[in-house]
Amino acid sequence: MTTAVTALGKDLVGLEALSREQIQLILDTAEPFKEVSERPIKKVPALRGKTIVNLFFEASTRTRISFEFAEKRLSADTVNVGSQGSSVQKGETLVDTAKNLEAMRIDMVVIRHGSSGAAQFLGSRIRSNVINAGDGTHEHPTQGLLDILTLRDRFGRLEGLKVAICGDVLHSRVARSDIWGLTKLGAEVGVCGPATLLPRNIQDLGVTILPRIEDAIQWADALNVLRLQLERMQAGFIPSLREYNRVFGVTTERLAKAPKDLVILHPGPMNRGVEIDSDVADGPFSVILPQVTNGIAVRMAVLYLLAGGSPDWAQAAGKGEEH
Amino acid sequence: MPTRTQLLDDRAIGRALARMASEIVERCGGTSDVVLVGIQRRGVELAGRLQRLIEQAEGAKVPVGKLDITLYRDDLQTVGPRPVVGETSLPDLDERTVVIVDDVLYTGRTVRAALDECADFGRPRRILLCVLVDRGGRELPIQADIVGSRAATVPGDRVDVFVSELDGRDAVELVRSA
Repeated sequence: MTTAVTALGKDLVGLEALSREQIQLILDTAEPFKEVSERPIKKVPALRGKTIVNLFFEASTRTRISFEFAEKRLSADTVNVGSQGSSVQKGETLVDTAKNLEAMRIDMVVIRHGSSGAAQFLGSRIRSNVINAGDGTHEHPTQGLLDILTLRDRFGRLEGLKVAICGDVLHSRVARSDIWGLTKLGAEVGVCGPATLLPRNIQDLGVTILPRIEDAIQWADALNVLRLQLERMQAGFIPSLREYNRVFGVTTERLAKAPKDLVILHPGPMNRGVEIDSDVADGPFSVILPQVTNGIAVRMAVLYLLAGGSPDWAQAAGKGEEH
Repeated sequence: MPTRTQLLDDRAIGRALARMASEIVERCGGTSDVVLVGIQRRGVELAGRLQRLIEQAEGAKVPVGKLDITLYRDDLQTVGPRPVVGETSLPDLDERTVVIVDDVLYTGRTVRAALDECADFGRPRRILLCVLVDRGGRELPIQADIVGSRAATVPGDRVDVFVSELDGRDAVELVRSA
């Protein structure tokens, strides 16, 4: 069992650590993977014989299923481990769990964890490749990548595109991955939400602060409407859900005043009638379901790129093409 | 300094392709149920040319598909991922005679991958292999049915195929390190 250093490095912890070129490589690699999911036999043998553990310490439907489909469509063998019903309940530490899994000769770990930094912590302690599927309020890189891919599909470009991230930015790891990724690719990012739900010094990341949802709708080409993360909120961030919807909800009436048709993204799961109205979520400019479809392609691309050898070898092999 | 020798010029390639087109029709007993499948990259261009040559001779346009075998390679672990995977789009292959078209036949590993990939898209009645240059050096028990030209090479040689659609000119060249 050797750990290969790949075009993306050993692990995918966040988009902050990736270069513009590496992000573009993932997006370009995701393109052909879209087609694999449209085939009658939705499977290619690229990761045959690789063993991948999906270690999910937090609830997840979309991300876990999406990773599992991506792994299976690349022919990898997968095991799902949750905190419920595993030794984590007996008090086993994260590193011990992972080292025991590694002793079973696995190749990759996909981890979701409630603590920011968990993926990096794990990646520096085990030899398997580690992919961050969301760590605390830090990053959710594959969600950021699928948002960016969906925007690129829709607009054909990212350079100069104005994307407003609206709502609970404070608790959102998606917002951080979007900000890092989009700004690296030349898009402009705005953030909009109640002051209690915007992180302090967020403007240091190079984003524009849009105080009112009306400002965001005037300014942006696309809105990424974040979920109000009720489970992470201790009391006091917002007066009430109804109040939030009245002031910050993305509604058809508000969008009607936009200077152009705004593309609407949402990472899911939606609180319909809170941060987003059903008419908007199901409307003609919503790309919420294409985001889900692109999620599989992006995750296949990341798995594929992390599974391979060094980029230098790839370049050398590209010159002396085998027939 | 590596030496570069021309094996085929544009006229020789044209003659080889014309003969290959008529051999395809002959071996398939006509053009019905024939599908040409080009392997990315230059096999795709060559398949397109064979399609036009067959149409000129027979008046029938046979369907053409493209195949990228990158995800079916057996060397991801040792060589690493290719920079970008190309497009795969195939017509219906069930009960057809599939003619796989590639520029150079060497180890046979690309063809092995292409056969596996075709099997995931359908069940052809028959598969034929058609290559512009057979340079020998097989590592698998695979041979071509229709060959444009044969070249004697040694390991370490490289055979470069240029097509005007991508490279601005038609040529086949042998590159040998000194």
